[in-house]
Amino acid sequence: MTEPKIQLDRGDSRVTHATGLGGTIRAFFNRVKAGDLGSLPVVVGLAIIWSVFTALNPIFLSPNNLVNLLFDCSTVGIIALGIVCVLMLGEIDLSVGSMSGVGSAMVGVLWVGQGVPLPVAIGVALGLGALIGAAYATLRNRLGMPSFVSTLSGLLALLGLQLYMLGSTGSINLPYGSGFVNFGQLLMMPAWLSYALALVPGVVMVASGLRTNARRRAANLSAGSSGGLLLKAAITTAVLVAVVAYLNLGRGLPWMFGLFVGLVVVMDYALTRTQWGRSMKAVGGNAEAARRAGINVRRIYISAFMLCSMFAALGGVMSSARLASASQQAGTGDVNLNAIAAAVIGGTSLFGGRGSAWAALLGIIVIQSIANGLTLLNLSSSLRYMITGGVLAIAVIVDSLARQSRQSHGRA
Amino acid sequence: MAHRPTGRTPRGEVLLSLRGISKNFGAVSALTGIDLDVHAGEVVALVGDNGAGKSTLVKVLAGVHQPTSGTITFQGRPVTMASPSAALDLGIATVFQDLALCENLDVVANIFLGQELNPLRLDEVAMEVRAWTLLHELAARIPSVREPIASLSGGQRQTVAIARSLLMDPRIIMLDEPTAALGVAQTAEVLNLVERVREKGLGVIMISHNMEDVRAVADRIVVLRLGRNNGVFTPDASNQELVGAITGATDNAVSRREGRIQAGRAQAEDAL
Ligand SMILES: Nc1ncnc2c1ncn2[C@@H]1O[C@H](COP(=O)(O)OP(=O)(O)OP(=O)(O)O)[C@@H](O)[C@H]1O
Ligand SMILES: [Mg+2]
Repeated sequence: MTEPKIQLDRGDSRVTHATGLGGTIRAFFNRVKAGDLGSLPVVVGLAIIWSVFTALNPIFLSPNNLVNLLFDCSTVGIIALGIVCVLMLGEIDLSVGSMSGVGSAMVGVLWVGQGVPLPVAIGVALGLGALIGAAYATLRNRLGMPSFVSTLSGLLALLGLQLYMLGSTGSINLPYGSGFVNFGQLLMMPAWLSYALALVPGVVMVASGLRTNARRRAANLSAGSSGGLLLKAAITTAVLVAVVAYLNLGRGLPWMFGLFVGLVVVMDYALTRTQWGRSMKAVGGNAEAARRAGINVRRIYISAFMLCSMFAALGGVMSSARLASASQQAGTGDVNLNAIAAAVIGGTSLFGGRGSAWAALLGIIVIQSIANGLTLLNLSSSLRYMITGGVLAIAVIVDSLARQSRQSHGRA
Repeated sequence: MAHRPTGRTPRGEVLLSLRGISKNFGAVSALTGIDLDVHAGEVVALVGDNGAGKSTLVKVLAGVHQPTSGTITFQGRPVTMASPSAALDLGIATVFQDLALCENLDVVANIFLGQELNPLRLDEVAMEVRAWTLLHELAARIPSVREPIASLSGGQRQTVAIARSLLMDPRIIMLDEPTAALGVAQTAEVLNLVERVREKGLGVIMISHNMEDVRAVADRIVVLRLGRNNGVFTPDASNQELVGAITGATDNAVSRREGRIQAGRAQAEDAL
């Protein structure tokens, strides 16, 4: 009889390992206690916010109001996705609001004003975003200018550019009935497609999970329990199908939200499964260590700032479709802060090195739920600003506390 | 690893050669006119007091600092290490005194940082297996490679840093106080490792304050003092000579004790 071979990663008897279903659940609670909160605070916060608003005005939870909410989430959510990239490096971009304003003005001026084809106009907006982002990164790399300062001056300069482009009229209306405006206001996925998409995450989870487990067993590594995997996938699928079914009671699932979620999925893959994403986390955690490991730190900064400004420009383009106009107000007011707040509320640390693309999605749903709920209650924007500011403060406090707890539990 | 020179240097031949390396930090001259040769299959110990410039020299060779003057020749060709990645590409791997790990990443991610397998679709399983293999070679006591570095002890972190330097099959390994935080078994394992690496014909530069460790593995002991070369010794040099070269003083507690011991021995011989 031969001894069962000890798995490579189970040599140390001091470590308790999660086994089976119960273990998976226990491990989750232990992680939370150690300050590795993940998306738990957001989900809890969201549940509270939704309960309060539903109690105050039942319309809040009506399918069509939620569909509206998703439309509103998409534009600022795309901007927040870029913010996640720069926050990951411990940097900030305060000019995303103005950049989105320039993006929307670009569509108005080029497409409606000059008759340039729409894709070209959007391309120019994105290209300008890439240029601006590269400029911020270069200022940081070559001159050591803190991004906080360079993007603050960018905020003003880009706002000036936006006002200059729109000229004396101040706003350009986009043609109602055009595919572009329909995309921003009306277009819904067919019901069958939305249901099919709701099934995809669960299927992918099970398929890739089983494959990874098999590979790990073959390589003599411990593998997660199939029960836990199936449970997670089942819960995810059930939740998603329920959400889609509920939305289909109203107008359905907006294509624009689909675009946003698609971008989130792509960014999540890039951040967690590629060398680039690994380098981003490393630079955010310890830039000098990353440099000594041979990572081209400057290039990482350039890529992050370029992505951030490009997402901001794209968000602006989408908001022009949503509003059917490119105006001087686009991107001003609370857009900037909402995008940053969304990334932080979703769980991206201001201190760098931690965050995920899903933070943008979760965070923007929280922010827009508050805005939407307060509008339903007929509260003025003055109160809305105060409450959003308060929520941002709470999110930052949670971030700081979780960081302290992580440090004392050795999870950095 | 784009333009790594091909072919191994036969053992015994000069692998790396420094001539007149100086490094100034503002008004401080951390290094002045340093000469150093490392042969293939040779362990060079770099010793000196705190602030003697050992780590600075290692960082110059690792591409972290640029020398103010002097030339570096690697495998017979003059080279400039403009960045750490240039040094890594040449095959110079370094374990830094401050380890230079990313605390927010886990052990596997740190070992493979900048060298990930399959950049567009990270191969986590293969990386984890390789990480465990490297760690087992070092007799590492690491509970889990999927925990962030922040949760590891000082010695465990040091082991991770050493494992990382072995990953890419380097030509020269530089270890800056690699055993400072290690336990008995792990220190022995690192010294074993240094010997194994030498057997493979690699060059090793090891910095240590522990003369026992230095004598155990070094082929040559190079002493730095106040940023200058202060003698080259063989491992059988007496403690007195070494301490004298390191501190620059011939009269100190160590040499007096050595003197007493020798005097005692002489007396004992006389008595016989
Ligand atoms: N980045 C830096 N900027 C300015 N001075 C520096 C820098 N790095 C090192 N020095 C100076 O260079 C000198 C040599 O430092 P170094 O770290 O090389 O010493 P060391 O021999 O490694 O000492 P130890 O045994 O304590 O590790 C010291 O006087 C130090 O103050
Ligand atoms: Mg040192």
